[in-house]
Amino acid sequence: MATVILISQVLMGIALILAFVRVVRGPSLPDRVVALELFASIVVGLVGVYAIRTDVSSFLDAAIVIALMGFLAAIGFARFLERGGPRDD
Amino acid sequence: MIETIKGFLILTGAIFMLLAALGILRLPDLLTRMHATTKAAALGVILIMLAVAVHFGEVAVVARAFAIIVFVLMTAPVAAHVIGRAGYFVGSKLWSGTVKDELRPNYDPLTHELKSGLETDSNAVHQPRENDPK
Repeated sequence: MATVILISQVLMGIALILAFVRVVRGPSLPDRVVALELFASIVVGLVGVYAIRTDVSSFLDAAIVIALMGFLAAIGFARFLERGGPRDD
Repeated sequence: MIETIKGFLILTGAIFMLLAALGILRLPDLLTRMHATTKAAALGVILIMLAVAVHFGEVAVVARAFAIIVFVLMTAPVAAHVIGRAGYFVGSKLWSGTVKDELRPNYDPLTHELKSGLETDSNAVHQPRENDPK
């Protein structure tokens, strides 16, 4: 079981790195917003796996909050884009 | 048995997340990237939360895991829709191999008006509204 958890953590770490490459490279602000939302999803998964590994169920509350923050950030960025805020990408 | 199910769920979820990240890195434009990430990442979170529910097996924890699943299922399509809409509005480039953009001939990006292709002479006249850009 420990091996499976380690493998899955490595896979999700690689996924975080790939998503971060997209955040850096852009090329436009919506691309970065999509990448950040993926970031939030992957972190929720990592927190879930960590809850299993440490046998502490309280980490799930953190996962709920992270999912909520990711969603609200996506909505906020989308409204900002539609209202035509200043951009430099 | 439970260990096997748990391991399978965790591994599949992690692999789906890796696929989503691979998609966002390799695909050519905004809409195809969103198509890769929203579904695969949501499925990955759902599978891992199922593993959490199986692992703990207490009512309170299972309820929280299912709350996360329902939350992800409800918010992922909404966020994808909103970002895709905003991305189209700000004019993000489509991939050069795009075959058809059905919105382009029917949609006016300045007035945000959409034509259906079924207009008659009487209802095709533009009705100005007070919040139109001048």
